[in-house]
Amino acid sequence: MSVDPPVVHGHINGQVFSAAADATLLQVIRAAGLQVPTLCHLDGLTPVGACRLCLVAIEGHPKLEPACVTTVAEGMVVHTHTPELETYRRMAVELFFAEGNHVCAFCVANGSCELQDVAVEVGMDHSRFPYQYPQRHVDASHTQFSLDHHRCILCTRCVRVCDEIEGAHVWDVGYRGSACSIIAGLDQPWGEVAACTSCGKCVDVCPTGALFRKEDGTAEKHPHPERAAQLAEARHEHRWTNP
Amino acid sequence: MGTDPTPRTITIDPVTRIEGHAKITLHLDDAGRIADARFHVVEYRGFETFCEGRPFTEMAGITARICGICPVSHLLAAAKTGDKLLAVQPPPAARKLRRLLNLAQLTQSHALSFFHLSSPDFLLGWESDPARRNVFGLMAADPELARAGIRLRQFGQQLIEQLAGRKIHSAWAVPGGVRTPMTAATAAWIRERLPEAMATVARALELYKALLDGPLQREQRSFGDFPSLFMGLVAPDGGWECIEGAIRFIDSTGQIVADGLSEDDYASILGEAVESWSYLKFPYYKPLGYPGGMYRVGPLARLNVCERIGTAWADRELAELRARSGTPGSGGRIVTSSFAYHHARLVEIVACLEAIGQLVEDPELQSPHVRSHAGLNATEAVGVSEAPRGTLFHHYRVDDDGLITRVNLIIATGQNNLAMNRTVAQIAREFIPEPVAAGAEIPEPLLNRVEAGIRCFDPCLSCSTHAAGQMPLRMALVDAGGRVLAERVRD
Ligand code: SF4
Ligand code: SF4
Ligand code: FES
Repeated sequence: MSVDPPVVHGHINGQVFSAAADATLLQVIRAAGLQVPTLCHLDGLTPVGACRLCLVAIEGHPKLEPACVTTVAEGMVVHTHTPELETYRRMAVELFFAEGNHVCAFCVANGSCELQDVAVEVGMDHSRFPYQYPQRHVDASHTQFSLDHHRCILCTRCVRVCDEIEGAHVWDVGYRGSACSIIAGLDQPWGEVAACTSCGKCVDVCPTGALFRKEDGTAEKHPHPERAAQLAEARHEHRWTNP
Repeated sequence: MGTDPTPRTITIDPVTRIEGHAKITLHLDDAGRIADARFHVVEYRGFETFCEGRPFTEMAGITARICGICPVSHLLAAAKTGDKLLAVQPPPAARKLRRLLNLAQLTQSHALSFFHLSSPDFLLGWESDPARRNVFGLMAADPELARAGIRLRQFGQQLIEQLAGRKIHSAWAVPGGVRTPMTAATAAWIRERLPEAMATVARALELYKALLDGPLQREQRSFGDFPSLFMGLVAPDGGWECIEGAIRFIDSTGQIVADGLSEDDYASILGEAVESWSYLKFPYYKPLGYPGGMYRVGPLARLNVCERIGTAWADRELAELRARSGTPGSGGRIVTSSFAYHHARLVEIVACLEAIGQLVEDPELQSPHVRSHAGLNATEAVGVSEAPRGTLFHHYRVDDDGLITRVNLIIATGQNNLAMNRTVAQIAREFIPEPVAAGAEIPEPLLNRVEAGIRCFDPCLSCSTHAAGQMPLRMALVDAGGRVLAERVRD
C-alpha cells in the first residue's frame, strides 16, 4: 500500500469506505451516511473522547473505541450498531441522568437539549442506575449567564470553545471522581474572572441546560452549537482578517 | 374547642395515604355535641425547600409543574413576583394577555368543578348510585349538558394552549411580561367559540337556579353557612378583579374590614397557624387572631368583596345571586353559604366570557411588544393572582445573584382550610342526631354530603379531583376523651 496519496480503505457495517489517512472514524461514519450518538464531540473543537457515546467495535481490537478520537487505518473493519454497543450506549446515557440532577420539566433547555435527544436516540426511558442526587450549586455570579452544575455532564465543550476559539481560557476541569466539576478561573465565581469577555460562546455550545442566559426560563434556551464550526472554518480561511 | 388532644391521637395511617383517602375526624365535646371537624391533609410536597438555590427565573416552571392542578395560576403569580425582582412594569399588552390567560384558566377550572365534579350530585341526586354519580352518569342522564360542559372546559383549555402553546405552556408568562402576543388566528377562534360557551353557561345557570328553588334548599342552608371574613383582589374602583388590583377583606355584614392592601404586606395581614394533624397550614386574618380570623377565598369571596363585575350580564347574575342568597344581616349584600360557591363559579364563568369577549377586540393584545427586559434589581418580592380557588401568593427571597434563598407560597386551599372544617362540622350536625351517644354510627349518606361539602371549595388536593368516581373517604367520630366511637371507610 502506497503512502501517497494518503488514502485508506476499510469496511463499516459491511460497507466499503475510503478516507484520508488522518480522518477520524466519526468523520468516516458520518460521510457514509451512518449515525452514532455523540455529546462531547463538536465540529470545530478538538475532540477529547470524554462521553463514550460514539464507541464502535473494530475487529481485532480488544476493546471498544471512541470513534471521535480514533484515526482510521488501512483494512479497518468497523461495526457501529452491535447489540453490545447499543447496551453500552444506553448505559452511558442512563449514567449521565443518574449522576446529575436533570429535571427536564422546568429546565431552560427542555426541548432543545442534546442529552434529551441522545436519550431518545438510544431508547432510554428510565435509568436502571440509582439516582445520586448530588449536592451541587448554580453559579449565577456572571451578569449575563449562569452555570447550573446540576445539569453539567462534563463534556468540556465550554472549556474548549473558550480556549480554542475565544482564546480566553476561562474554564477548566477541577477536582476528581464524583466531585469533578467545571471551574472558572482559579476556581472562582464566574463573575469574578476578568478573562471572560462575555462572548457567550460557551453558552452557545453547551449541549444541556447547564450554561444558559439569565433571562431564559423553562424551555427558552436556543443553543447554537453549529457556531463553533462556523467560527473555526472562518478563521481557517482568514475570512475576517485584514489583508 | 372541646376535644382533649392528649389521650388518643389518631394517627394517619400511611396506607390510607397511598390509597389517597381523605381522612376526616369529627370531634365531640363533653356534652356529645359535634364541636369540631378536621380534614386531615397528609400530602406534603415540600417544594418550598426544593426551590432553594434555583434561579428565580425557574420558579414559574417549577411551581407550575409541581403543583399540577392549577399550573396557570402559579405561572402568573411567579411571573408577577419576577416583575418585581426585575423592578419592571410589563408592557400594557402583556398585562392584558396575562389577564386573558387567567380568564381562560378560571373558565376551564370552574367548568371542571361544576360540570364534571359537582353537578352529578345535584342533577342525579345525592342518594343515586355512587358508581353512576359522576360525569359518565351525567352523560347517560343528560348527554347534551354533559357534552356542553366538557366543551366549555375545552374552550378554556384550548384558549390557554393557543396563547401559551402546549409545549411551552409552563413558561409563557415570564418575569417582565409574556413571550408572545395573541395571534389573529387565536382572536378569530375565540370569536367563533364564544357564543357556544355563553350558551352553555346560560343553560347551566337556568338549571341550577331551578334546583335552588327546590331540592337544594337544605344544602344551601346546611353546607357551611356561617359568618366569616372574605378576602380577594378588587380593582381600584371596587370592581371584580382576577389578576391586578389590591386586597380587600369584607365581613358577613358587608362591612369592609380592610381595603387597598398590598400583597407586599401579606405577612403582617395573614398569620399562618400550624396544626399537628395536617400538613396544610391554616392562614388567618392576623388582627382577629386564630382561629377567629377565619376567612374564605375563591369565587364566592371574589363576588362578595367586589361592588360590581363591570359587564352587563355578569352584573345581572351577581345581583340575582345576592338577591337569592345574600344574608339578611348584610342587607343581602353578602352570601355566606359555602354551597353558593357553585353558583358563584357559574357567575364567574359569565364574567370571564364577557371579559374575554372584550379583550379579543382590543388590538393591543396583538402588539409585538410584550416583554420588558432587565436584570435583577431587588432581592425580595411578593406576587399575587386570583387562582380559580382563591388568592395565591408567591413570596421569594433571592441572593445578589438571583438564586432563591427562601420561598413561601400561600395557596387558596390552605386559606379555606378553617372554613372547610367548619362546613364539614355543620353538615355532620345536620346528619348525626345530637347529643351523640356511645354506639352511634356514622350514617352512610353523611359521607356523600361531606364529600360534596368539601367540593364546594374545590380544594386542590389530588384526592378531591377524581373526575370519575367518588372521593375515597375515611371518617371517624371521636369523643371528648379521644376515643374513636365509630368509623366509616368508603373506597
Ligand atoms: S462567555 Fe466567552 S469568554 Fe466568557 S467563559 Fe464563555 S466562552 Fe469564555
Ligand atoms: S457546562 Fe455545558 S459545555 Fe461545559 S462541560 Fe458542562 S455540559 Fe459541557
Ligand atoms: S463523542 Fe466521542 S466520546 Fe464523546
